[in-house]
Amino acid sequence: MSAIGFILAGMLAAAMPFLLAALGELVCERAGVLNLGIEGMMALGAVVGFIIVHSSGGHLLGFAGAGLASMVLALVFGWLALAVRANQVAAGLAIGILGSGLSALFGKSFESQTVTGLPKHALPWLSELPVLGGLFRQDVAVWLGLLAALAIWALLRFTKLGLVIRAVGENPHAARAIGYKVIAIRYAAVAFGGLMAGFAGAYASTVYTPLWAEGMIAGRGWIAVALVVFATWMPGRLVFGAMLFGAVSLSQLAAQASGVALNSQLLSSLPYVMTILVLGVISANRGLLKMNGVASLGEPFGP
Amino acid sequence: MTLLSLRGLSKTYGTVRANRHIDLDVAQGSIHAILGENGAGKSTLMKLIYGVETPDEGTLHWHGKPLSLTSPNEARAQGIGMVFQHFSLFETMRVVDNISLVVPGTSRALAARIRALGEDYGLEVDPLAYVHALSVGERQRVEIIRCLMTDPKLLILDEPTSVLPPQSVERLFITLRRLRDRGVSILFISHKLEEIRALCDRATILRDGTVTGTVDPRDHDARALAQMVIGREMPHVTPPEGKAPGKVLLELAGLDHRPDDPFAQALHGISLTVREGEIVGIAGVSGNGQGELARLISGETRRHPQAGAEVLMMGKPVGHLGPAARRRLGLAFVPEERLGRGAVPEMSLSDNSLLTAHGLGLVRRGLIDRAAERRLTNDIIATCDVRTPGPQAEAGALSGGNLQKFIVGREIALAPKLLFASQPTWGVDIGAATAIRRRLADLKAGGTGILVISEEIEELFEICDRLHVIREGCLSPSLKVSEIGPEDVGRWMIGAEGGKAA
Repeated sequence: MSAIGFILAGMLAAAMPFLLAALGELVCERAGVLNLGIEGMMALGAVVGFIIVHSSGGHLLGFAGAGLASMVLALVFGWLALAVRANQVAAGLAIGILGSGLSALFGKSFESQTVTGLPKHALPWLSELPVLGGLFRQDVAVWLGLLAALAIWALLRFTKLGLVIRAVGENPHAARAIGYKVIAIRYAAVAFGGLMAGFAGAYASTVYTPLWAEGMIAGRGWIAVALVVFATWMPGRLVFGAMLFGAVSLSQLAAQASGVALNSQLLSSLPYVMTILVLGVISANRGLLKMNGVASLGEPFGP
Repeated sequence: MTLLSLRGLSKTYGTVRANRHIDLDVAQGSIHAILGENGAGKSTLMKLIYGVETPDEGTLHWHGKPLSLTSPNEARAQGIGMVFQHFSLFETMRVVDNISLVVPGTSRALAARIRALGEDYGLEVDPLAYVHALSVGERQRVEIIRCLMTDPKLLILDEPTSVLPPQSVERLFITLRRLRDRGVSILFISHKLEEIRALCDRATILRDGTVTGTVDPRDHDARALAQMVIGREMPHVTPPEGKAPGKVLLELAGLDHRPDDPFAQALHGISLTVREGEIVGIAGVSGNGQGELARLISGETRRHPQAGAEVLMMGKPVGHLGPAARRRLGLAFVPEERLGRGAVPEMSLSDNSLLTAHGLGLVRRGLIDRAAERRLTNDIIATCDVRTPGPQAEAGALSGGNLQKFIVGREIALAPKLLFASQPTWGVDIGAATAIRRRLADLKAGGTGILVISEEIEELFEICDRLHVIREGCLSPSLKVSEIGPEDVGRWMIGAEGGKAA
């Protein structure tokens, strides 16, 4: 397979852990809550999903368990940030470390074990295309993830619920004054963020690289947080950013395999540098930031 | 017929008795004023009526039946609507989105209703416009429309005219009278006496949390009403004396400025001078570039060093200098926001004086001289009649008017050559506002040049020698206060440039 074909075929799967986690974080941040515990929530989701799939509960059950576990962890964060009104940055970091610790604990006896991933589904006709064909042969989770991005875009743009989430994020005091339950809405957004982070972790540990190794999330949660900001809180740009990151990661692998005479550490840092550069350039538009940025992000709210 | 009646309503926050045994009757189809100084308990009373707070004791009757409210939602369901002083709109959304957060219906149907209501009541606004692009007057119309959509029997308006130019005030009054004629009762909170006399048929006066009287405002002149509000004789400001102004202290020469914030107003060709011993005012509806201009004068926004000598202070080009360097030249600055820009809310008054007055011998060999700091703060408190337990009180614990008196006093203590005050009496009650204006007049008599940005035209006419009007980032020519009337200023404010330029 050509290098381009290789990258096209793999980039969606490579992007999926970032995309799923970042979509959850996007909704959470749009409601005004900054959850920096994504990394730990992904790790917990990854280990729970792996254990369930490994004990042959199947992928459906594995994803459900992973989502649920991370959601519980997110709700602990929610309680700290929303009920106790702790500093959201500190609470998020603490929960993140807790999640990573828990994942190491639960995963101890599963270290280096493997499971079977998900089969690929090919879209008829499109997947027969030369070069591009690989792009249309993906596992079911990828298709569902892209649908989720579409759904969240439509939710925020066209629905009353999306309007309410944005209202709560822009001006919680005004939202309360016109009768919305700000704290309840924020809890729901935090829970959704946890659910998606759990799915992202499960995708990483049971589909993308179907094995368990401690620390396998390897900073992907942080990239997801950064993607949300660079994407100026817009789901469409988030998809683009996640795919770009996936594509550059793969091209870096392809370059190493074909023996490009470049330091391998330098090559490995390429995806990060590229993503920061490209998204940094697009997010420099202050008008977009002002329209989509979340005015009350990270501020504790109390009546 | 009585629509709403309160009997013995009380509310206590900690040790502060915000409302004590309030009795109030609002008749159907009446415009009822609630009049009082800041801190008299007006806002608390409105929160009790709108269900934001629950009273400690007392009863509320609605249509003759007892009613206890625990949330604004319940109040709205009963037909009580409120237009807030600080608008509760969402800037990144369209008008119709803002309204759909409260009123059910599709965007298309709501937009049609917004247009229909607008024509009916003189509240025209484009339902598809984004709120951040609207003027303050239009935003207020959106708030009122949002209330009217829920078909209220009682509409509460909290200081609705404090942000409007005169022409818009008249327009608002037409709307309110039309509403009254259709049977809606209105509670109109204000401290502007003339407006209350022009609009309202009842006025209930609050002082220190209690009702001190209910009158027909049309039977009393503004002076008598003011006396009821502050409980003593109205203080008097001596009119500015006609001394010839001295040399130029501040000069803006054709200043163009495009801020990086896309929602901010760009400034075009701003030219302005302030001389020794004169007060120059800048009138205009907020959001027309006042904030951007203020930052350019204070030094919070710096110009590029190569931008040319467009900002001159005491004869020196200062465009590229920051606030500290400009203060060293003799500038003092009272910003628009008291909390956060004028004072640090979490710090004591003493420490807040240190922030700008450190040059007055409060620091010795790099160490703070606490005794000197306290002395200066006590001086400011005494000369400006700041009501506070003492210099150790947290700035954020003071009422808005008292904190403003303190900030103005601190800046005056610097004995500045040039004082720039942005909205010096915004949200400050009559007594404190008069005190602040008198301090400015005294300072001017001592030879200081003063520039005041204000939305209160009456205030500018009271203290200024010359006026400019700012509109959409452009400044009118200088207008001599003695040669024009408020209506001329109003025409400049709305862009009908028929005003006489002096």
